[in-house]
Amino acid sequence: MIVAERKPLEEIRRNLAGRKKVLVLGCGGCVTVCLTGGERQADMLASQLRTAAKVAGEPVEVTVRTPTRQCDREFIDTLKADVEAADAVVSLACGVGVQLMAEVYETKPVLPAVNTTFMGAHSGPGTWTENCRGCGQCVLAETGGVCPVARCAKSLINGACGGTNKGKCEVSRDIDCAWYLIYKRLKARGDLSFLRAEREPLDWGMSSSGTRRTLVHAEVNDQAHRRGAEGAEGAAERK
Amino acid sequence: MSKFRDSLASGRFTFTGEIGPPKGTNVEPVLEEAVHYLKDCCAAVNVTDIQTAVMRMSSLAVCRMLVERGIEPVLQMVTRDRNRLALQSDLLGAAALGVENVLALTGDHTTMGDHKEAKPVYDLDSVGLLQTMRKLESGTDLGRTMKGEPNQLDGAPKFFKGCVVTPCAEEVEPQIIKLEKKVAAGAEFVQTQAVYDPRAFEKFMKSIGHIKVPVMVGIVLLKNAGMAKYMNANVPGVVVPKEITARLAAADKKELKKVSVQIAGELIRDMRGCCQGAHIMPLGWDKEIPRVIEASGA
Repeated sequence: MIVAERKPLEEIRRNLAGRKKVLVLGCGGCVTVCLTGGERQADMLASQLRTAAKVAGEPVEVTVRTPTRQCDREFIDTLKADVEAADAVVSLACGVGVQLMAEVYETKPVLPAVNTTFMGAHSGPGTWTENCRGCGQCVLAETGGVCPVARCAKSLINGACGGTNKGKCEVSRDIDCAWYLIYKRLKARGDLSFLRAEREPLDWGMSSSGTRRTLVHAEVNDQAHRRGAEGAEGAAERK
Repeated sequence: MSKFRDSLASGRFTFTGEIGPPKGTNVEPVLEEAVHYLKDCCAAVNVTDIQTAVMRMSSLAVCRMLVERGIEPVLQMVTRDRNRLALQSDLLGAAALGVENVLALTGDHTTMGDHKEAKPVYDLDSVGLLQTMRKLESGTDLGRTMKGEPNQLDGAPKFFKGCVVTPCAEEVEPQIIKLEKKVAAGAEFVQTQAVYDPRAFEKFMKSIGHIKVPVMVGIVLLKNAGMAKYMNANVPGVVVPKEITARLAAADKKELKKVSVQIAGELIRDMRGCCQGAHIMPLGWDKEIPRVIEASGA
């Protein structure tokens, strides 16, 4: 899932620039699970904003809503009345949600309350760790289920660099060397053929360093268009 | 033609040295030292490429200045700072400037250096850089025409391609596998990470007996006992035996340089039977290289 960190209150207040009516918008998706932007965190941010404003002698009116997800129009279209009543929206969703909100409510400032950081797994109590970079060319079948693109600091594809040290990365002793993990796992499975295969450079054009990516499921897309056309015809007949 | 390649091909025990470009434009001191102390005793001189991710003058510029002074350079090239467009462009530039020897490296991570905010590139890895050189040599590049055909170069370069390996890594099998891939990708010579344990090195050389390219053992001058301890604790794959640290610790301050040179010379003497050359990394003690070679008896 997508992991995010709360921005400091000062930064959120600075971006609000003294606006009086604020809609704090949590998100019921990933940021709820990583305990950064769900209903509870939205309530907490709202009370922080109220208190800070009161202390500063410039009271604000803060309302809170937490839709199922902010990355899907069907859940944010219904927020119209709340958004219109506010001077600004502070969104606790990831960057995806903030952008869709800003697109749907074009005239309203939608301000991020979190820094979206990575795609990761729940790796311990209150801990999330990055596991995927969305490179668009998954090699996990060959690497024993350890991603060298996300988990090697240099995204190497032909094995460890000279910085691998007692199973750790040269960057930090707290980070496992991804290629050490790959080697150990493939060795345990008795097949080092992937490690031995000389691999060509990756196609970064398919990754996040390429252009903006779009996924279209053609069958769903066609069906929706057909339904739209039929609906229009039906409406014309009824006239 | 690379004299360095010829020296290794002749079976002569071959020495290479190493210099680091300056942080600034004052390049004369390092060039002067190279001319005075390395020119006569080394077949070629490596020029580091933004070593340890600490920003310095370009390796290619200093390589060309060595060529102009009659010294054959080894252009070190890391994949940290340039994507495949820039790397290929600089490789063609190197060939045009008379720089034939290229050492392919991944490069220390940006966060290890003095520009920690920099965006690391790593478009290719060291194996990919070797593949790229071979491709350029064949007259094409990594790209494609609009029709999807290989691009044709107007003039193909010729390189003497090198790579590195860490012989004393605690897990040596992945090191050997990667070395096999580097050689399969076109590496023609190997310079190793620093080695201080001749017996471990001999064992490593036996385990790569099937790899038929010349190997030059890496020698880093240990300037004092503190440095030996630091290398042991912090440099991946470097093991300094206690006896060496003890010799440095016992040395009189005035004698330290002499002891350091003696240790390096003895290491080469003890290992020269099982490899084809030595790559001496003096870390600023360039003046000592001739004495190290003399002490090695080679």
